[in-house]
Amino acid sequence: MKTFWFLFLLALAPALWAIEPLDFADRSEEVRFQKLLRELRCLQCQNQSLADSEANVAGGLRQEIHRQMQSGKSDDEIKAFLVARYGEFVLYNPPVKQSTWLLWFGPGAILLLGGLALVVHLKKRGQPATAAAASTDDW
Amino acid sequence: MLRALIPLAVFALIGLVLWSGIGKDPSILPSTLIGSPAPEFSAPDLRDPSRTHSKASLGGAPYLLNVFASWCPTCRVEHPILERYVRERGLRLVGLNWKDDAEAGLAWLKQFGDPYSDILYDPSGRIGIDFGVTAAPESFVIGADGTVLYKHIGALTVEDMETRVMPLLQGATP
Repeated sequence: MKTFWFLFLLALAPALWAIEPLDFADRSEEVRFQKLLRELRCLQCQNQSLADSEANVAGGLRQEIHRQMQSGKSDDEIKAFLVARYGEFVLYNPPVKQSTWLLWFGPGAILLLGGLALVVHLKKRGQPATAAAASTDDW
Repeated sequence: MLRALIPLAVFALIGLVLWSGIGKDPSILPSTLIGSPAPEFSAPDLRDPSRTHSKASLGGAPYLLNVFASWCPTCRVEHPILERYVRERGLRLVGLNWKDDAEAGLAWLKQFGDPYSDILYDPSGRIGIDFGVTAAPESFVIGADGTVLYKHIGALTVEDMETRVMPLLQGATP
């Protein structure tokens, strides 16, 4: 049993190396820190959030965000600081504006168009004039 | 019939969307800095820590700010090219030794050559954050008045030097 626990804890160790230890005043501050990191993208490995990334630059940004949090900056102020330096790409939730309309509304528009096409198609099929065609489809 | 054109139209639309993405490298991000003043900084020199560099002390003439580190393998690729441009074309090259250890950085320069006129030492990476550096190597063309004219991500090639960096540096000379 001792061996099991030893191996189990050893297996967890890499998770500890990934994130450098940081001090927090209380639990709620740590939760806020982790939540903010998940909303921010690592610039080097772009499909990871700052919370997950082990990239060199991500570690530095985590420390900087932690430092700014300690000095009383709000989440929005910290985001603005990062956007000014790395661009809006750093945000996983980019703001709604003209250049991001396609990103925000594109999937909805495609769904709407597809739904409309489906409705039109089904209505046509329901008409008696197409009964002959429908019987050949019936398989 | 008109109905037969619908799949064609859908195909054309999808093709257009996919076509517009071809040839674009999604890992290259536009810099928010280009055209705006470079961030203020203050850092000791890597080779002589008693000297301090700032945006003001380096200003007056355009230069290429090159982010490098001893742990960065790609930096070795561009290093001989930068060295050649300093030697043959009088390039003003300022280094930013980023997230590095002074001893390792100096040993690296001893081994691969040291073409830099001045080197900012930034072990914490704080100056790198202000410049929006995501990985080494990265290079910035800074105008005489301290404006960021160009940002290059990754190793600089002879082609990059000829088509972008040198024309900007020469054009930026008052």
